[in-house]
Amino acid sequence: MTTSLTAQGVTLRYGDRVVSTRLNLGIPDGAFTAIVGPNACGKSTLLRAFVRLLRPDAGQVELDGREVGGYPSKALARRLGFLPQDPLPPEDIKVRQLVARGRFPHQSLLAVRSPQDKEAVDKAMTAAGVTDLADRLVRELSGGQRQRVWIAMVLAQETPYLLLDEPTSFLDITHQYQLLGLLARLRGEGRTVITVLHDINQACRFADHLVAMRDGRVVAEGNPSDIVDATLIKDVFDLPSVIVPDPVTGTPMVVPTLEEE
Amino acid sequence: MSAADRSLPVAKTRRQVPRAGLLLGGLVLLGAVAVLSIGIGAHSVPPAEVVRALFDYQGTDDHVIVWDVRAPRALLAVAVGAALAVAGALIQILGRNPLAEPGVLGVTAGAGFAITIGSALGLAGGQAGQLVFAIIGSVAAALLVMAVGRQSPLRLVLTGMVLTAVLGGIALGLRMMLPDAFDTYRFWSVGTLAGREQEPLALPLAAIGVSLLGALLLSRPLNALELGESVAQTLGAGVARTRTATVILITVLSGAATAVAGPILFVGLIVPHLVRRPAAGSVPWLTLYSMVLGPVLLLVADIGSRVLLPTGEVPVAIVTAFLGGPMLIWAVRQYGAGTR
Repeated sequence: MTTSLTAQGVTLRYGDRVVSTRLNLGIPDGAFTAIVGPNACGKSTLLRAFVRLLRPDAGQVELDGREVGGYPSKALARRLGFLPQDPLPPEDIKVRQLVARGRFPHQSLLAVRSPQDKEAVDKAMTAAGVTDLADRLVRELSGGQRQRVWIAMVLAQETPYLLLDEPTSFLDITHQYQLLGLLARLRGEGRTVITVLHDINQACRFADHLVAMRDGRVVAEGNPSDIVDATLIKDVFDLPSVIVPDPVTGTPMVVPTLEEE
Repeated sequence: MSAADRSLPVAKTRRQVPRAGLLLGGLVLLGAVAVLSIGIGAHSVPPAEVVRALFDYQGTDDHVIVWDVRAPRALLAVAVGAALAVAGALIQILGRNPLAEPGVLGVTAGAGFAITIGSALGLAGGQAGQLVFAIIGSVAAALLVMAVGRQSPLRLVLTGMVLTAVLGGIALGLRMMLPDAFDTYRFWSVGTLAGREQEPLALPLAAIGVSLLGALLLSRPLNALELGESVAQTLGAGVARTRTATVILITVLSGAATAVAGPILFVGLIVPHLVRRPAAGSVPWLTLYSMVLGPVLLLVADIGSRVLLPTGEVPVAIVTAFLGGPMLIWAVRQYGAGTR
């Protein structure tokens, strides 16, 4: 298992609060990595450190053996694509235009849009299933459609890495599964997908590599089938449970045993 | 499909004019208004004669008027109009506030305060002196606002407003105590183009020209910045760099415009509103359209300032206020109808 994107002994702070101390984590190349853990366990903070939105107080984040801080902005943006949790689209923007903004790191300040840009935008819209929406105003779309448009924007960036912060948060269950299916397909096409997820069962179902965090530490990491058991769920979420195989995929499924009060 | 997920009904789709075509139309309109502006005045020159004077100079009285008075004044209107409109577009994008205008960064107040001080010291009597003081005041105010507001657009705008109020109060006090300062200031504080074309304008015009080019170069990174700080940063747009450069451009543009023409409100507020719909979310187009419509609006207002009163000129700032008020109400209603 090779890991080209790594956090090495990073200490991360959010304002005055130290979130993680000397944390180590390697992201397996070409895998679907899901980071799970209770609220405020530092998973989003870690993701932001990977994409250089947060600079570690100590330690370093490296991509291909080079510290991410040492990359020129656009060069890094051609490697790492990131989608925050609740991005806000500008007024009056249409789907195609928003997706085309993902081409920014491939463009110089003066150059007009190239044929490669157009091709990348078309491909991204096809992959995310938003081609039919191209001329619609983004603010008129439903939540599920809008999230797919943002994914297309990141895809147009044509980065080998996709990092997404809770991309399913504001979607209904059908759109959650559709989106995760899309991410799994992208991984199948050779991209490395790293996503923070709330739902442990979805994470087990879609991820090849699961990272369980609590209090800013990595409690366990590995293939979900290898690491998820009742002890881990108790340790990470404080939740008594039994683990059964998912009837559809056979991946671990967490069923809480907490009695209703 | 759940109720929450049903998309909102699509607004009726209008056939869209290509954006380049609209820009071309705007340029033609600008040319026409410029010729009219050069022709109309106390001594009217017919449009055909204006064109002849510009391209085939014969040295007649009409041609001398065109070259020595009217054309420089029209050029000044074009530069000031473009500067104010683009500065307005930039501050609205930076502050993510459609009601912001360049004055909110404290630049105009800084210029006014410096001129009050300058005239109290007896140094800002001539227009050249006023120009120098206005520029110093604008830049000082912008530096102060940037130092306090740092990288937060909200803090920048709030600081600018506070500074405007404080400087305005002090300046008012000074002017009441010192009648001479009051006279000089009163002359400057009426935003007008009349007579201003006779001053040395090479430097402010060059500053405006360079800044307009800079605004075009910045428009792509600003496009990215509109997607929010995190997305812009991870697209490689250099958020801090882009913001700093934008504030500098706003300062130079509105500072130079205010220095040569005095405070002219509404152009920076209204023009970006009017072109927002056709620009359809693109900062480069918004900037280009503002560069064309700002001059058109100011040229029209300047023509109005010459013909509205039989007895003499109305300062152009008063005309823009009269034009701008109703236009603002119209624009806000349009905008509200679109967003619901």
